[in-house]
Order: sequence, then structure tokens, then C-alpha cells
Amino acid sequence: MFRCNFFGFAATGLLALGLSGPAAAQNDFIIVQSTTSTQNSGLFDYMLPKFQDETGVEVRVVAVGTGQAIKNAANGDGDVLFVHAKASEEAFVADGDGVSRSDVMYNDFVIVGPPSDPAGVAGSSDIAVALAQIAEVEAPFASRGDDSGTHKAELNLWADAGVDVDAASGGWYRETGSGMGATLNTGTGMNAYIMTDRATWISFGNKGDYEIAVEGDAKMFNQYGIILVNPEKHSNVKAEQGQAFIDWVLSEEGQATIADYKIDGQQLFFPNAN
Amino acid sequence: MDSFSGILVEAIGLILSWDPDVIEIIVLSLRVTLTAVAAACLIGLPLGAIVGAFQFPMRTGVIIAMNTLMGLPPVVVGLLVYLMLSASGPMGVLGLLYTPTAMIVAQTILVTPIVAALTRQVIEDLNSEYAEQFASLGVGPFDRVLALLWDARYSLLTVALAGFGRAVAEVGAVIIVGGNINHVTRVMTTTIALETSKGNLQLALALGLILLTIAVIVNGLLMAIRGTATRAAYV
Repeated sequence: MFRCNFFGFAATGLLALGLSGPAAAQNDFIIVQSTTSTQNSGLFDYMLPKFQDETGVEVRVVAVGTGQAIKNAANGDGDVLFVHAKASEEAFVADGDGVSRSDVMYNDFVIVGPPSDPAGVAGSSDIAVALAQIAEVEAPFASRGDDSGTHKAELNLWADAGVDVDAASGGWYRETGSGMGATLNTGTGMNAYIMTDRATWISFGNKGDYEIAVEGDAKMFNQYGIILVNPEKHSNVKAEQGQAFIDWVLSEEGQATIADYKIDGQQLFFPNAN
Repeated sequence: MDSFSGILVEAIGLILSWDPDVIEIIVLSLRVTLTAVAAACLIGLPLGAIVGAFQFPMRTGVIIAMNTLMGLPPVVVGLLVYLMLSASGPMGVLGLLYTPTAMIVAQTILVTPIVAALTRQVIEDLNSEYAEQFASLGVGPFDRVLALLWDARYSLLTVALAGFGRAVAEVGAVIIVGGNINHVTRVMTTTIALETSKGNLQLALALGLILLTIAVIVNGLLMAIRGTATRAAYV
């Protein structure tokens, strides 16, 4: 065989890294397809260790937009789905991809905007009026545009306000096609209004001089649900551990853990399992 | 905006604090990338050498294909590997999705064309220099490839480094097939993407600086090996 030096080097390096790497991953784990809001707000980092300590089951979270999470779960690439788009979740269960859906918790959406407030909506608590006003003055608005739970909720609110955002796409209505954090980074960079869930906003580190402009409308309620991926459809689903996780999240202890999670003294999520 | 000196201080602080999470991420990054580059070299070096050293029908077509594949978008490779490894994909039974192995597979696919295409060019140039000698000595095709690869080893080191640079810097493929799972598949680039999305731009840049430093160390090590080997060759 030819003996290139870097082969030897690479082999030695690999061996060393392999040995020093983390111990072989335990088999007792589940994959949860979830959303960026629960991950980025730090909720999972706070609540998962408690479940792991109790059960020894490791929870691996894939945090993507709700749309992508649902598609991944429908492919069988996950044991539990934990997202926030009730209509899509119910469709997921109706299609036989999920076993059943339970409410877990809620928070709310807010509209954040620049201090100059070009549409004059600051302090409003009527989302339909505020959105109509933003459309009226054609103030820039940054949308997720990624089929996520937040994006779906936002589109419903526009429809409710009687605004056709498709017509304005590329003009004052700008779809970033990316996650909540990326959209906040982009939106604040172009003085646009942005709709975000409150948890992501509170924990977001690049707020600049942005403030919450619109909040408190009951229509901006943001419900999270949890679903076991159907093991009859995907035989690789770890139904037992997955169900154990769901049961824990819905239990008194799990719900209390969610309520306990605070940033700067503010509660981010409000448990409401039945 | 945060000052760059602040970012520098944060990066140095991160390294000095020897945060186990950061170390874990660095080690996984290196493990994934170096394994992928080694696998890509195992495939790409012989492949590139054979295409570079011999004439055969459709050769130009093969070269165009290899050169084109150098520009494979990482996100496309990520999607292809995801579809292959997904539980509903053809290789779903292996259960490799969201593991470091999946990330290695994706990066190997990304890097192999780079190694093969650049090796082809290096070997082709060297071969035109050696062709008459090979012919007069009656060297067989297998020995030819070995001799060319061995004599071109220092140029091929740079080829491997080009592959390393591509793999260690990409985020599009590994974030799809790895899932950026904390303590399992989180590497430098996916952490940078995550921290950026959390709005922690300073921390994200500090991590970028660490990534760059690692690349400098790897390059420096390989150059040192090359230097030592070159001197040894003339003793």
C-alpha cells in the first residue's frame, strides 16, 4: 500500500479522538421533534434533566420549525412530537401518524417593533386593528415565512385583519424563510415589525432598542401540544419510553416544572394540561 | 454592536474556562470532520489518481462530473442523506439518522469530489512528466498509481486540507442529518448557528474564532509533519 503521511496522521488522530470521545451513547433514549421556541427559550435544558434523572431515559431534541417537525415525525424520525399548531397537529393524528394529542402549555404571541413605531401601533391590544394599520402605512413587517407554528398563526391573524399579505410579499411584507431567532435578527436590522412568541422574545439576546408593541389580545394565544408518533405506522418508534415522557410532561410534576421556568423573574410558559 | 475586542476576550475566556460543553463540541467537530476527510481520501485519492493517470472512454465526462460535484451545496447533500437515512427511507432500518455517523456520511459525500478532482489534476501533471520513464521501465498500472501518489504526497496534503476546510466549515448538511442535538450531534458550526438564532451574537462569533483557531492548529500540524518529512527525505 502507498503510505501517505497524512493517512497515518489522520488514523492516529482518529484513534486518539475516538478514545477520548464521549462514552458510547446509551441506547435508552427517545427523539423529540420540537420547535425552536421551546429550545431557544431554555425550557428543555431546564426540564429534561429532571425527567432523565427519574427515568434514566435520555431525551434528544431536534428543534426545527413546527412544519418541518411534523414532516420529520410523519417520516417516523422521532418518537414524540411537541409543537404548537393545533390544526396541523390534529391533522397529524387524523392521518394516523400520531396516537393522540394532548394540550401541554401555552404562552402568547406579541408584535415587537422599533421605537420609532412607524405604524403607530405601540400599546395596542387589538391585533386585527394593529395589523391593518401596519398594512395601511406599509410599514416593514418581517414574517417567518417557513410554515412554522408561528408563521401559521401569523397568517391566520392577517386573514382575520382582512389583509392580503401575498400581494405585499417582497414589498413591505418580507418573508425570511427562517427560524424565529434568525427572523428577529433580520427584522430588527431593517426596522420591521415582527411577530414572535413571548418566550423567544424574553430570552432573545439581540433585542437592540426593540420593544413589545402589541400584546394581550386573546387571539394571540399560543397553544402547545404533545403527540406520540404512531408505533403501528413506524415500528422503530419507542412507544413505551415516548409515552412515559408524555405522561411525565402532563403529570403534576411536569406541569409544575414548566410553570417554574422563569427568565428575569418572568414565567415563559403556562401549563394547561387537562 | 459589541466591540471585536470584547468578542476576542469572550473567545479566550471560553477556551480558558475549559467548559466541558465547549470541549465536547470541539472534540465532536474534529471527530466527525477528520473521519469524513480520511474516508474521502480513501475513496478520492485512488479515484483521482486513476482518472489522472490513464486514458479511457468518457474520461472528459468523468472529469467534468468530478469538477461539478465539488460545488455540491451542503444543504442538498444533507437532504439526500436525510432521505436515505430517514425511518421511511431505504436505509432507515440502520437507525443512523441524528447520529454522528450520519454527519460523517454527509461530509464524506461533500468532500470526496474535492479530493478526487484536485488529486486528478495533481496526478495528471505529474504523470505527463513521468510518462516516458514509466514506459521505458515497463511499469504496470498499479505500481504507476502508487508511485504517482507517493511522489505527489506533499501536494496531496494540500488537497486533503482543502477537503478539511470544506468539511469543518459547513453547517447545512450536518444540521439536517445530525439534528443539532445537545451532547449528541452538536458541533461547532451548528452551535454557532444556534447561538446566532438566540441572538447571542458575541458568543457565536467567539465560537467562530475558536473554530478558526482549530483550523490553524490542524493546518500547522500537517505543515510541521510535511516539513519534518521533507528534511528527513534529504538526509
